[in-house]
Amino acid sequence: MLRFVLQRLAMAIPTLLIVAVTVFVLMRLVPGDPASLMLGDLASAGQVEALRKQMGLDQPIPVQFAMWFGNVLSGDFGRSINTGQDVLPLIFDRFSVSATIVLLAVGIAALIGVPIGMIAAWRQKGALDLGIITGATLLLSIPSFWLGLMLLLFFGLQLGWLPVVGYVSFGQDFWAALLYIAMPVATLVLVETGVITRMARASTIEVMQLEYITHARAKGLSEPAVLWRHAFKNAFAPTWTIIGLILGNLLGSIAVIETVFTIPGLGRLLVDSIYARDYPVVQGCLLFIAGIYIVVNLIVDMLYPLFDPRVTI
Amino acid sequence: MTTPATFNGAPSLLEVDRLTVRVGAEGPAVVEDLSFSLAAGEILALVGESGSGKTMAARAVLDLLPSPLVISAGRIGFDGVDLARLDPQALRRIRGARIGMVFQEPMVSLNPSMTIGRQMAEGLRLHKRLPASEIRARCLAMLERIRIADPERCLAAYPHEFSGGMRQRIMLASVMLLKPALLIADEPTTALDTLAQREVLQLMTELTRENGTAVLMISHDLGMVAHYAQRAVVMRQGRAVEIGDTQRVLLAPQDAYTRRLIDALPRRGAARAPAPSDQAPLLALQDVVVDYAGRRRLFSQGAGTRAVSGVSLTISVGETLALVGASGSGKTTLGRAIAGLVRPSGGEIRFRGRPIGSSAGRDGRAQRLNIQMIFQDPFSSLDPRMRVADIIEEPLRLLPDLSRRERKARAIEMLTDVGLEPQHAGRFPHQLSGGQRQRVAIARAIVRRPAFVVADEPVSALDMTVQKQILALFRRLQERYGFACLFVSHDLGAVEQVADRVAVMEGGRIVETGTRDEVFDRPQHSYTRALLDAAMLLDRSFGDADIRAGEERNLG
Repeated sequence: MLRFVLQRLAMAIPTLLIVAVTVFVLMRLVPGDPASLMLGDLASAGQVEALRKQMGLDQPIPVQFAMWFGNVLSGDFGRSINTGQDVLPLIFDRFSVSATIVLLAVGIAALIGVPIGMIAAWRQKGALDLGIITGATLLLSIPSFWLGLMLLLFFGLQLGWLPVVGYVSFGQDFWAALLYIAMPVATLVLVETGVITRMARASTIEVMQLEYITHARAKGLSEPAVLWRHAFKNAFAPTWTIIGLILGNLLGSIAVIETVFTIPGLGRLLVDSIYARDYPVVQGCLLFIAGIYIVVNLIVDMLYPLFDPRVTI
Repeated sequence: MTTPATFNGAPSLLEVDRLTVRVGAEGPAVVEDLSFSLAAGEILALVGESGSGKTMAARAVLDLLPSPLVISAGRIGFDGVDLARLDPQALRRIRGARIGMVFQEPMVSLNPSMTIGRQMAEGLRLHKRLPASEIRARCLAMLERIRIADPERCLAAYPHEFSGGMRQRIMLASVMLLKPALLIADEPTTALDTLAQREVLQLMTELTRENGTAVLMISHDLGMVAHYAQRAVVMRQGRAVEIGDTQRVLLAPQDAYTRRLIDALPRRGAARAPAPSDQAPLLALQDVVVDYAGRRRLFSQGAGTRAVSGVSLTISVGETLALVGASGSGKTTLGRAIAGLVRPSGGEIRFRGRPIGSSAGRDGRAQRLNIQMIFQDPFSSLDPRMRVADIIEEPLRLLPDLSRRERKARAIEMLTDVGLEPQHAGRFPHQLSGGQRQRVAIARAIVRRPAFVVADEPVSALDMTVQKQILALFRRLQERYGFACLFVSHDLGAVEQVADRVAVMEGGRIVETGTRDEVFDRPQHSYTRALLDAAMLLDRSFGDADIRAGEERNLG
């Protein structure tokens, strides 16, 4: 087990290195210069040049990279060019916001999607199944930002039940936090439930055709017992992989939802920093997101043997 | 058809009367007007080829038909109730408790994510009010009864930790734990090799006899049925064509179809003239060793397994050497090594005097093209997205001087050579039957006129009558094109029909080689004798005068 974890973490090193180089180089290929953006349109060329020198931007790119990466290795992700904040605490702060929303949303979506998908599979080709597939496909095909905007319009403006702008952390005020987080979480839940339902349905159908399901029925078990005891664990294994991918994916792409609901999460931080050419923050964010991807998938793989004893790690 | 008399005049336990199963309420019939009865303690076999409806007839008894199949007419009398009209809840009390069922595929008939212990206990927990300790004790006693080493550990283990034969024994044990009055056995040994098949069937007869359980056995193998069942129902296209005592059905079949089935049972043909011994062998293996690497770790490698350890063999031009042995004996690996699909870790394989595998480049490729392979499963060995003509034509693309038209023509010619029609050329594999697919696979293997063909269990996935046709075709093509063949098989019946010489493999080594008649009539090694004993060859059992004698015979 420990060996597996260490091995996987060792395998992550080249991945992270490639991400670091790519991000670093790409960022510098984007037209625009942080120094001139900071000083504004009225600054003279000399002023800009002086600032560039001060920020180390006059050095060749490989030298800049070596300096930055050396610092990263010692845990120093640098400071934001814009605000002067330390990058790492900034990322952690914003990430906790995104992670709360994403984990909550995927957790709820799985709790809804998996049972519904299994029931659809159990009633395959029946009216219930047809209804569930239609609903899931509909949810899948709605763009999340549009759904978010519609929720905002309806519950925020029309009914006035929920706050439309901002975020309160659970530490500050639990109930207020719940109100603020409700709509972004609901948006993600609706979209991801569609994916999870379809996946759970497909893998359950596959499992239900196998002989051990017929064997379980031949033992005299009731249908709920067949579904729960014999189909669930075996059908859940592939769905579990998808849930892991969704988690990683959402943590990277939540920017859209955070923008719609004006939430100060990691995605917003990344987008804002790209506009401001805030190199250290962008680099830090992307490296961090890559790391999260790796860790989430590692956890998913580590839990896999719980659902499938044939897999050993 | 009149209801036949029951076994020994005992009252019937199961009475199936004019059963009809349809696809949907109005659809075509899968089982039609089927009537038979089964007495307590009797073994009755439903025999037929795939698509004959035998499995669906048996599943209908417990209402385990896959949708959209439904029972549209008929009565299934069991113990005074009509199972076909029983409500689901009452039926569930009969399932498992009074009527047990065992399945075909050892790989998927036990739940992979549940321990053996929980799966065994499930039935007892459901149907009997017993304390947990008693349930555990009964499971342990049963595992001991079926001679599982270390029953305690077995209860905590998962199915994938056992071989196919072991799993079938465990499933049988868990079903028999409830002492049902009737056991439905749906081809329980078809997926096993000869030795394991024998063991499982032996165990099944013992356990059912001890508990007075009647058996409804579903099988495509008349040879096997002859050894175990008292009466047989021969089914074809959903209908019973013949019902009667097994001996009578086999010795004096009334129906033309039954006769065809019996004709398809493996019988030995005349031996061909042996290959001239002065000729250099086509293929020569010298101390070939194949290892499978263990699991790769970061800095080390786990212990590997030796699949083939030091095999020496020669095969002459045009000769068929059959390689027989149980699963795990290394016969498939050896075949793959010859075809160049796995690299031997030691020894040498020489083809026409030149070593195989060492020469990459042009020379090695030419050699590999001269050795072709036919695989076991005709369902997965053909690309489902390619048309038949393209599949057969593909090997010809490696001949640069053949135009497209010529390639096409040769593919069509090959198609008729293997007994298919030109109109099959445009079909996809899923539109063909298993036998037709295997014909396509054979055509693909020999379209380039190779000197050597490795056939890995080429008929074991097919029905008996189809097996017979394919083997005859193979023999005919071999005479015509003169290729030599390594025929890998655990099925001695098939081997008897095609082999010139036989090599018996056990645990990665060749334990015996000889001409077919030598090995079959005067086996030297004890393992060969065990294999032959376990094989349910019809000729042999009739020679013994007592059909059921096979049951008492012990494994060599």
